[in-house]
Amino acid sequence: MATAAVLERETYLNSGYGLKSWLLTKDHKRIAVLYFITISIFFALGGVFASLIRLELLTPQGDLVSSETYNKLFTMHGVVMVFFFLIPSIPATLGNFFLPMMIGARDLAFPRINLLSWYLLIAGGGFAVFAMVAGGVDTGWTFYTPYSTSYSNTYVIATAIGIFIAGFSSILTGLNFVVTVHRMRAPGMTWFRMPLFVWAHYATSLIQVLGTPVIAVTLLLVLCERSFHIGIFDPALGGDPVLFQHLFWFYSHPAVYIMVLPGMGVISEIVSTFSRKSVYGYAFVAFSSMAIAVIGFLVWGHHLFVSGQSLYAGLIFSFLSYFVAIPSAVKVFNWTATLYKGSISYATPMLYAFGFIGLFTIGGLTGLFVASLGMDVHVTDTYFVIAHFHYVMVGGTIMAYLGGVHYWWPKMTGRMYPEGWAKLSALIVFLGFNLTFFPQFILGYLGMPRRYHVYPEEFQILHVLSTAGATILAVGYVLPAIYFLWSLAYGEPAGPNPWRASGLEWQTPSPPPTHNFDRIPVVTEEAYNYARVVEEEIKVGQ
Amino acid sequence: MDQHQEHAPHTEHVDSVKTYALVLLALLAATILTAFVATLDLGPLNIIVALGIAVVKMLLVALFFMHVRYSTNLTRLVIVGGMLWLAILLLLSFVDFGTRGAIGVLGR
Amino acid sequence: MASEAHHLETLALREQFNTEEQQKDASTLGMWVFLITEIMFFGGMFLAYTIYRTTFPNVFGIASSSLNLPIGATNTCVLLLSSFTMVMAVRAAQLGQQKMIIFFLIITMLFGFAFLGIKAYEWTEKFEEHHVPAQAAFHLDGVTGPDQQGHAKLFFSLYFAMTGLHALHMVVGVSILAFIIWQTARGTYSAKYFTPVDIAGLYWHFVDVVWIFLFPLFYLIDRHLPK
Repeated sequence: MATAAVLERETYLNSGYGLKSWLLTKDHKRIAVLYFITISIFFALGGVFASLIRLELLTPQGDLVSSETYNKLFTMHGVVMVFFFLIPSIPATLGNFFLPMMIGARDLAFPRINLLSWYLLIAGGGFAVFAMVAGGVDTGWTFYTPYSTSYSNTYVIATAIGIFIAGFSSILTGLNFVVTVHRMRAPGMTWFRMPLFVWAHYATSLIQVLGTPVIAVTLLLVLCERSFHIGIFDPALGGDPVLFQHLFWFYSHPAVYIMVLPGMGVISEIVSTFSRKSVYGYAFVAFSSMAIAVIGFLVWGHHLFVSGQSLYAGLIFSFLSYFVAIPSAVKVFNWTATLYKGSISYATPMLYAFGFIGLFTIGGLTGLFVASLGMDVHVTDTYFVIAHFHYVMVGGTIMAYLGGVHYWWPKMTGRMYPEGWAKLSALIVFLGFNLTFFPQFILGYLGMPRRYHVYPEEFQILHVLSTAGATILAVGYVLPAIYFLWSLAYGEPAGPNPWRASGLEWQTPSPPPTHNFDRIPVVTEEAYNYARVVEEEIKVGQ
Repeated sequence: MDQHQEHAPHTEHVDSVKTYALVLLALLAATILTAFVATLDLGPLNIIVALGIAVVKMLLVALFFMHVRYSTNLTRLVIVGGMLWLAILLLLSFVDFGTRGAIGVLGR
Repeated sequence: MASEAHHLETLALREQFNTEEQQKDASTLGMWVFLITEIMFFGGMFLAYTIYRTTFPNVFGIASSSLNLPIGATNTCVLLLSSFTMVMAVRAAQLGQQKMIIFFLIITMLFGFAFLGIKAYEWTEKFEEHHVPAQAAFHLDGVTGPDQQGHAKLFFSLYFAMTGLHALHMVVGVSILAFIIWQTARGTYSAKYFTPVDIAGLYWHFVDVVWIFLFPLFYLIDRHLPK
C-alpha cells in the first residue's frame, strides 16, 4: 500500500540530500544556489565595510578610525564588492541557473568546471578574508604601484592571491558560457531567437575570457615584485608605475561591463514580460551587447588621464570613451520603446527595472562627464567619480540583480515572495540609494577627494545626508533577505509561469527538475513572442 | 540551426608521418636561420625578420601540429580574436608610451 | 534519441551532450578558448617587454648578449622535437595504436624534462654571473652607470618572469602528459574517443609557440654587436 504522503515530484532541490550531493553537484541550478549563498555573504561583508566608512564620514574629523584603518576599510570594501560580489553576481547565479534553460540545454557544456569555478571563488575568498582578518590591506582596490609593491606593509600578497584565484573562477565561467552558447543550443534555437539575457551573458563571457587574464598576470607581477624583488614597475630601476595602471585598467575597465551587461540582460527580460511586448529592436539590443564588449576594451586610458599618460593618448581614449556610451544608450532607447503602447504592470521586478533604467541613465551620463578630459581633471579622484560608478554599479547592476532575483524567484524556489513587502523594499532601496549617492555628486564637484576621511566642515551636511541614505538603503537590502527566507517556508506556491512570460525556462515546472526538460524542445518561434501569446489569451478570453 | 554543423570530424584527417617530419625539419631550419640572421647587422630589420620567422614557425605549429588546417571556422575566429586582442593591448598602450612628451602632459 | 530527457553517461557522451561529435566539438572549442586566455595572460608581460625594450634598447641588447645562445637554441629545438612527438602521439590515437600513444607521450615528456633541466642549468648560470635582480651583487658587465644597471634589472626581471611562467606551464604540461599516459595504459581511449589526448596536444603545442616567441625576444637582441 502506498504511504499516505504524496509522491513528491522530482526537482533539482530534492533530487539528492546531504552535503555531498550539494558540494559535489554537477547541476548548474544547484551550483547557482551555492553561488547565490556565497555572494550574499560577500555582499554583507562589503556592506559592513561600507557602513563603517559612512559612519566615519558623519563627522569632519577622523574620529572613528585612524587614517591607516580608513585606508583598509575603503580598500576592502572595494575588493570584496568588485571581485567577490559584482563580478560573479548575475552570471554565476541567474546566468548559471537560466542560460542553459533559455537555450533548451540540459546543462552547461562543462558542469564539473562550473563546480570548480565555485570552489575557486571560495578559495580566493578565503585568501582575501584571511588578509582582512590578519590585518587588512590598504592599497585601494586598484593596487597602484609603487605603493603596493614597495611601500605598503599590509597583506597585499594574500589579497592579490585571493583576487588571482577568483579571477580564474570568472575566466572559467566565461569559457563555459561561450562554449555552451555556441554548441548547446536546442534544435531551432538560432542565435537570433535567443533571449537577450543570453546575448548579454555571451558578450560578458567574451570580456571575462579576454580581459581577466591580464589582471591575473599583473597581480602576479606585483606578487613577484613584492616577494622576489623582480621589479617591473619599480621607478628606481627605470620601471614605469603607469605601466601597472595600463595593465590593471585594461581589465578593470571591461570589468565594469562584466558587471553591468548581465544586468542589462535581466532588464530586457523583465521589461518585455511586464509590457507583454517583444523587446523593441531585438537585433539592435543584441548587437549593442557585443558592441559594449568590444568598445569597452578600447577605453581604459580614461582612468589614466592625470597619471602621466601622454596628452595625445588621453585625447584618443577620451574620444573612444564617448563611443562606448552609444550602445548603452541604444539599449535604453529600445527598452523605452518596448514600454510604449505595452500592457504595463508594476510587479516588483518591473519596479527594479524602472529604477535601473533611470539610475543607469544618470550614471551613464555622468560617465560622459568624466570621459571628458577637461572635466575629469577637475573631478577625478573626487566623490564625483564615486557617485558615478555607484550609480551604474548599485543603481544599475544591483537593481537589476534584485529585479532578476524577484522575477525568477518563483521559478527557482517554487514559491512567491510577498509582493507588498517586496514593493515597499524596492521603494526603500530607490529612495535610500538616491539619498546616499546624489549628494556625492555635489560633494565631488565641490572638491571633496575620495579616500579621505578628514574633510572641511562645510561638506558635513552632504556627508550626513549620504550616511542617512546609506542607512535607509541598508534597510532596503535587509528586508528582501528576510522575506525571501520567509517565503521558502511560507510563501505561496508558484506555478510554472506566474508572470505569463515567454521563454523556455517558463515551460518547466517550478522548481525545475534536474534535467530541465522532459524532452529537448524544438524551437520554432522568435523570442518574446507576446503578440501570439496575447492573441491566444484574447481568443481564450483570459 | 542544428547545434552540430555538418562538417567532417577531423579524426578523418590522419596526416602522414612524412608531413609531420617535414614540418619539424622546417621548424628546426627556421630556428637555425633566425639564430644566424641575428648575428648579422640589419639595423631595424633585425627585429622584423626575427618576429617574422617566429610567426612562420607559429603558423607551422598551428596549422599542422594543432590541426588548424582542418578546424572549423569558429576555431579560426577564436584564434584570430585572441591575437587581435593582444594587438589591441600592445598598440593602444603604445599610443601612450610612444607619445610621451610629444604634445605635453595633462595639467601642466 | 537526442531529444530524450537523459541517457546513460559515458566518457565519450556525457549527460549534457546529445551526440559524441557535439561533445568533441565542445571540448576542442573549450581548449581553444582557454588558449586564448593564455595568450592574454602572457600578453601582459609581452607588453611590459615591448615598452622597456623600446625605452632601453642598448641595455637590453647587452643583456641579451649575456644569455647563453647555444643553450637557448638547443632548448628551442628540444621543444620543437617535443611538439613533433606530441602530434605523433595524437596521430597514434587517431589510429587506435595504444602502445604508440604511450611511446610518443613518454618521449614528449622526456623532452619536456630535458627542457626544464636545461633551463635549470641556465638559471644557475645566471645566478653565478650575478644576473638575478634580487641579488645584492647584481651586475651586468658592459653597462655603465647605476641607472643602466637598473635597466638591466628590468631585462632580467622580465627574463625570469616570462621564462619562469613558461616553465611553470611546462611543469603543468608534463603533469597532464603523465595523467594521459596513465589513462591510455588503462585503456580509456580508442580511435573513436581520444579527445583528452587531442586537447592535451593543443596545450602542449601552445606552450611551444610561446617559447618560439620568447627565444628571439630574449636571446637574439643585437647579437651582431661585437662582444
